[in-house]
Amino acid sequence: MKKQIHLKINGIPVTVPEGTTILQAAKQANIEIPSLCYLKDVNCIGACRICVVQIVGRKGLVASCVYPVEEGMEVLTNTPAVRASRKTTIELILSTHHKKCLSCVRGNNCELQKLSYDYGIDEDRFKGEEPIYKIDDSTPYVVRDNNKCIQCLRCVSTCNKIQTVGAIGQIRRGFDVHVGSPFDLGLSTTSCVGCGQCIVSCPVGAIYERSNIDDVWDAISNPNKKVVFFTAPSIAATLGECFGMPVGTNVEGKMVTAIRMLGDVSVFNMNVTADLTIMEEAHELIERIQTKKPLPMFTSCCPGWIKFCEHNYPELLPHLSTCKSPQQMFGAVLKSYYCQKNNIDPKDLYVISVIPCTAKKFEVTREELSNHGIPDVDVAITTRELSRMIKGAGIAFKDLPDSDFDQPFGVATGAAAIFGATGGVMEAALRTAANLLDGTNEKVDFMDVRGVTGIKEATYRIGGTAVDVAVASGLGNARKVIDMIRSGEKNYLFVEIMACPGGCVNGGGQPVQSDSVRNYSELKAKRAAVLYRADREGELRASHESPVMHLLYDEYFEHPGKAKAHALLHTTYTPRDKN
Amino acid sequence: MNTNNQNSFKGTPKQERELKKVIENHKTQPGGLMPVLQEAQAIYGYLPIEVQRMVAEGMNVPLSEVYGVATFYSQFSLTPKGEHRISVCLGTACYVKGADKILAAIEEKLGIKSGECTPDGMFSIESCRCLGACGLAPVMTVDGEVYGKCTPESAVRIIESYRNKED
Repeated sequence: MKKQIHLKINGIPVTVPEGTTILQAAKQANIEIPSLCYLKDVNCIGACRICVVQIVGRKGLVASCVYPVEEGMEVLTNTPAVRASRKTTIELILSTHHKKCLSCVRGNNCELQKLSYDYGIDEDRFKGEEPIYKIDDSTPYVVRDNNKCIQCLRCVSTCNKIQTVGAIGQIRRGFDVHVGSPFDLGLSTTSCVGCGQCIVSCPVGAIYERSNIDDVWDAISNPNKKVVFFTAPSIAATLGECFGMPVGTNVEGKMVTAIRMLGDVSVFNMNVTADLTIMEEAHELIERIQTKKPLPMFTSCCPGWIKFCEHNYPELLPHLSTCKSPQQMFGAVLKSYYCQKNNIDPKDLYVISVIPCTAKKFEVTREELSNHGIPDVDVAITTRELSRMIKGAGIAFKDLPDSDFDQPFGVATGAAAIFGATGGVMEAALRTAANLLDGTNEKVDFMDVRGVTGIKEATYRIGGTAVDVAVASGLGNARKVIDMIRSGEKNYLFVEIMACPGGCVNGGGQPVQSDSVRNYSELKAKRAAVLYRADREGELRASHESPVMHLLYDEYFEHPGKAKAHALLHTTYTPRDKN
Repeated sequence: MNTNNQNSFKGTPKQERELKKVIENHKTQPGGLMPVLQEAQAIYGYLPIEVQRMVAEGMNVPLSEVYGVATFYSQFSLTPKGEHRISVCLGTACYVKGADKILAAIEEKLGIKSGECTPDGMFSIESCRCLGACGLAPVMTVDGEVYGKCTPESAVRIIESYRNKED
């Protein structure tokens, strides 16, 4: 056990393990020291100087986010000198900040705006030169606006350390310093995977998704379009946060009601094609094991991971499951089976997916994910975009009654619900694989692959053989797992990878939570708990038990991996440049 | 910021072999990126995107990191140097004697800014700090040749004399 350190913060005695920072220790005294660059697990560089505090008996102020506690230390977090320093720092940041707060996407949850209010600053105290940066909107999924950037470097740290993508970095020095892509050529020229983790780590409005809200409204008001929405497994677990509801609230019923109130639209459950993905993927895994095709097999649900693999590990592409992601499977099902059955021309069907993800905005633009020039999915909007549409429509979300998804794509299993958390796809696939090989429906709880740990491993006996599996979330962790496989240190049969730490519940399209929530609570675990509760409480636990699967295979796809299923539900991958 | 210089990259196989050798020597060394970039600049004269890509690939670091280092230190140049390299001293003594006007006159004459190279590859301009010839201020150098007590007019004449040498 670590040595315990005793100190006083504003006179309140606090005991914490050695190595704890003052900022972390202060929480024990119920003080949340403000910061702009510090973000738990992401960035800790002591650069912004907002978190400064005074230590009794020492000269000057110290950055509490990087300063370790010492025995007998007396810390003061709220002296006139501390307040004056923080105030001046904020005013200096604002001197070059484009203060277009009224129309800023982060207008209502900006850390800088919050601090400005809390400290009663004068936004015009320092009249500085305001450099004008070109907005980088070169990709279909994310926009970077350096005019609002405060150089906290959380995004750079996320991209380089957490995700090991390295698409952006700090460029030049002094007053010219800015965050950007190499040679400022735009994100589209980099190996950016579109995960959007930079967005959810940004304290201000310098990075945001490329909005498709106008496209959706246009489609809804177009009398010649039949509009359908479907929502990804994790949306119901997070959407409530945008309306001030506590983290970990399941709002599935209200969400369906709200979308239906946006216009004459159908609302389907994307969990249906999560089940379909499992049907295809479990069969593919078994076939690969039996025919000794490239193993381990990697999951292919996460478009951020797919692009990461294409850029960094092109030699591993044959190891990726050929299954389309649930989003793309849904699009393909709608524009084939659903159109045929309802006598709709696929050109007139407008398909909107609501996803926790910015990489899925890129995914819908992939040429291989279209059929005769008609994309499987027309647009993908994030949880945040959906919340803005609901707010814009004046819908009192919290007061809404619950309603059910439309049929025939309304019913799904618990296996599909847990897709939104790291380890969920693995567990769902194992449930169905166990049924296929052992003929049992008994094996439903695979506890070792649950939880928010970055890398999880387990061995299960299925079909008489030991199946070694690994689960990684966060691309830095994915890299570690791949390195272990390539060096021969590890030998797995099946590997699940999600680009975002914790999986889709913590996706780049999810509500941006305040530093206070991210630094002091287990955001990922609280959101994931919603999905595991839905799984536990549901009647159907495994994908092959879903009545919708029986309907789809009986009426249309016949058999997983064969003929129509192979043509419509599977895809190919393309090697891409590393830099 | 304009980094797309008009001068297209012309690297030789020999240069590439040299660079690969340099990378091999520093690959496992902590902080090896700095010496590799220094030697890469010595080989190519500057650090265009093509060279930075080779360095990133060879050192197994993201291009964004290479570019970050290359733009942080003023010793690195992202644009090629001209056949004739003009350097105007902006040190204190030269500056108070009007070095900024000399630099402006040369920039106007050649139609490029300090740090850039003319499209025909003949001249590049840079500024430097104190050549230790303050008695001759303001001072400029062309290809290492020192010219003292310059005026905007004489500076332009000096540049022209280099062009005439070519003809």
